Amino acid sequence: MFKWLKSHALYWGGQLAVLLCVVYGFYWLIDNTIVNLARQGTASGFGFLGDRSGFGISQTLVDYSEDSSYGRVLLVGFLNTLLVAGVSIFFATLLGFFVGIGRLSRNWLVSRICAVYIEVFRNIPLLLQIMFWYFGVLRNLPSPRQAIDIYGVAFLSNRGLIVPSAIFEAGSGFYIAASLIFLVSLFLGRRWQSKVQIATGRRPRLWPYMMALFVALGAICFAVTGWPFSMTTPELAGFNFKGGVNFIPEFVSLALALIIYTATFIAEIVRAGILSVDRGQTEAARALALPRGLTMRLIIIPQALRVIIPPLTSQYLNLTKNSSLAVAIAYPDIVSVFAGTALNQVGQAVEIIFITMVIYLALSLITSFILNQYNSHLAMRGAAR
Amino acid sequence: MTTQRNKKINTVSIMSLVALFVSTFAAQAENVLEKTKTRGYVTCGVSQGLPGFSNPNDKGDWTGIDVDVCRAVAAAVLGDDTKVKYVPLNNKERFAALQSGEVDLLSRNTTWTMHRDTGLGIDFTGVNYYDGQGFMVRKSLGVKSVRELDGASLCVNLGTTTELNAADYFKSHNMSYEIITYEKADETVAAYDAGRCDAYTTDQSGLYAQRLKLTNPNDHMVLPEIISKEPLGPSVRQGDAQWSDIVRWAFNAMINAEELGVTSKNIDSLQDSDNPSIQRLLGRDGTFGKNLGLEDAWAYNIIKQVGNYGESFEANVGKDTALGIERGVNALWTNGGLQYAPPIR
Repeated sequence: MFKWLKSHALYWGGQLAVLLCVVYGFYWLIDNTIVNLARQGTASGFGFLGDRSGFGISQTLVDYSEDSSYGRVLLVGFLNTLLVAGVSIFFATLLGFFVGIGRLSRNWLVSRICAVYIEVFRNIPLLLQIMFWYFGVLRNLPSPRQAIDIYGVAFLSNRGLIVPSAIFEAGSGFYIAASLIFLVSLFLGRRWQSKVQIATGRRPRLWPYMMALFVALGAICFAVTGWPFSMTTPELAGFNFKGGVNFIPEFVSLALALIIYTATFIAEIVRAGILSVDRGQTEAARALALPRGLTMRLIIIPQALRVIIPPLTSQYLNLTKNSSLAVAIAYPDIVSVFAGTALNQVGQAVEIIFITMVIYLALSLITSFILNQYNSHLAMRGAAR
Repeated sequence: MTTQRNKKINTVSIMSLVALFVSTFAAQAENVLEKTKTRGYVTCGVSQGLPGFSNPNDKGDWTGIDVDVCRAVAAAVLGDDTKVKYVPLNNKERFAALQSGEVDLLSRNTTWTMHRDTGLGIDFTGVNYYDGQGFMVRKSLGVKSVRELDGASLCVNLGTTTELNAADYFKSHNMSYEIITYEKADETVAAYDAGRCDAYTTDQSGLYAQRLKLTNPNDHMVLPEIISKEPLGPSVRQGDAQWSDIVRWAFNAMINAEELGVTSKNIDSLQDSDNPSIQRLLGRDGTFGKNLGLEDAWAYNIIKQVGNYGESFEANVGKDTALGIERGVNALWTNGGLQYAPPIR
């Protein structure tokens, strides 16, 4: 009895002591930082976020000018990071899946090409690839005055790819609502198809209904609002194009490098996932005379996903963090505009780096949370934990 | 098993406590002079390579007018201008490196502004180059003035006053622009060279220096306008007045020497000069060295080993160098320029 109490007191006492040490350690670090900053005569606090920034940014997804605050700079940088990470994650996943499956192809040429692609691009440092795409492509593109004309609507030059921008006039809400209705109907229709198939063994036809719905919705919208869309075509004015949407070369080359680099890792993860599915599964599917494509889609991939998702999450996190290499080629991400320009103007390194770290941490935690949810949704029910 | 674990935990907690007490080394006044003397060399923050200002030459030795300030401080403090450890810093790192004590002084084409002087815990000690922001464009663009750059793309270096000046100028003249900001000067220049931007903007001295790195330097021209005041100078950490004095007067000695006509060549023949100003400069009269905590020959060492300001200017950025910059506003006040140092007396 007494012995039990003693060992537990020791155990919890030890835990508590370590915890106190850790807490005190953090307190000491923070306190020391504040004291030393004050002693150096450096300004501190987060008040600067409301001050006028006074500098321009080349790509902004929200309204921004030199008169905006440093807080706004933070938002602009954050959104630019999200944009490049989001676009790259989407295409890297797509490319990665294709290459991963292609690597296992029985077609000798396809599997060799995929293997060579993977081995080349995953073994070259990402920064070099970014530089390669940026300077390699930039040097070979003409100036805006000699821009490559793509059917008079889009222009490619060393200032980027400029495409017409769509203008949504009043009434375009109808079209958006109609599109949503169509998508929801499509989703419900497919569930109905499966239900009928399970009950009767026959899969009913869906497309005539969907076609009819499409025409009907289109006609209603057109009758009510007409065609409320228009485009602004880019025109050469002075040094540069005016109007339209410009995909700046920094964005394109950064996204390209991130996609091509990360897709190699995703491809290997996909290959590992597919190989982890027992051969017996394929053989059983063959025995049922299921075509190879369907075997892949309905039997192999769903089981492989359980193996694929956890390492895939890590790749998404890596990609997001790697996007901070943007600073090398002037893509205005959060590290470049906030932890770069703003940091130099304000000079409060501790606060600014702290905010930047918190944002990356939050972004990564949210990504892994979402993918963990998806993973537990996929996991085998009742399987060993 | 349980006891084993407890023992481990206790060892860990005791060790962390000890670590905490040992590492409590906070507040105590700094003495950079003593530190450099014990260490045997001065640490000096310089650029990552800007010809004429701080750039390694073909032998790997750092040269430039900013480097000469570092050398002058080392000559004054340690009697040997080679006892310097150069720390190349980018724009972003420079102030943090000085604040944290990684370098003893920063001599890195840095603009003296009120915000930096008062808000960053550093002190500027003088101006070794009066500069201003300019623009470089391709001759083929057919532009003769900055006012014609409406709608242009500008390549700039991240974390400089340049970004703000350009923004102010274009805004106040109601002109639109696109600003592309690179982390390193080399990438900025490479991108401009590749045609990403219509204009490259930085301090005018920098434009002349960077132009040498372009594929065809002669296809480019520097526009005549200067849109800002950029007094470049060395800076030190706040809180050590003695060190701040040393850096300030090491540079002032170089200006005074030029004004008095004392050069690295003739200094030994001027040892017995009748001119009392020269006598004081060379430490043969007065206690100026002692007041700074240095030996009497502090200024003699600077001029003998590094040279006066004019010599440093001509050797690094002057007419006969690749940069070919005129003295202009950087001439002595006696020649109609702005360089003026308080007297040594």
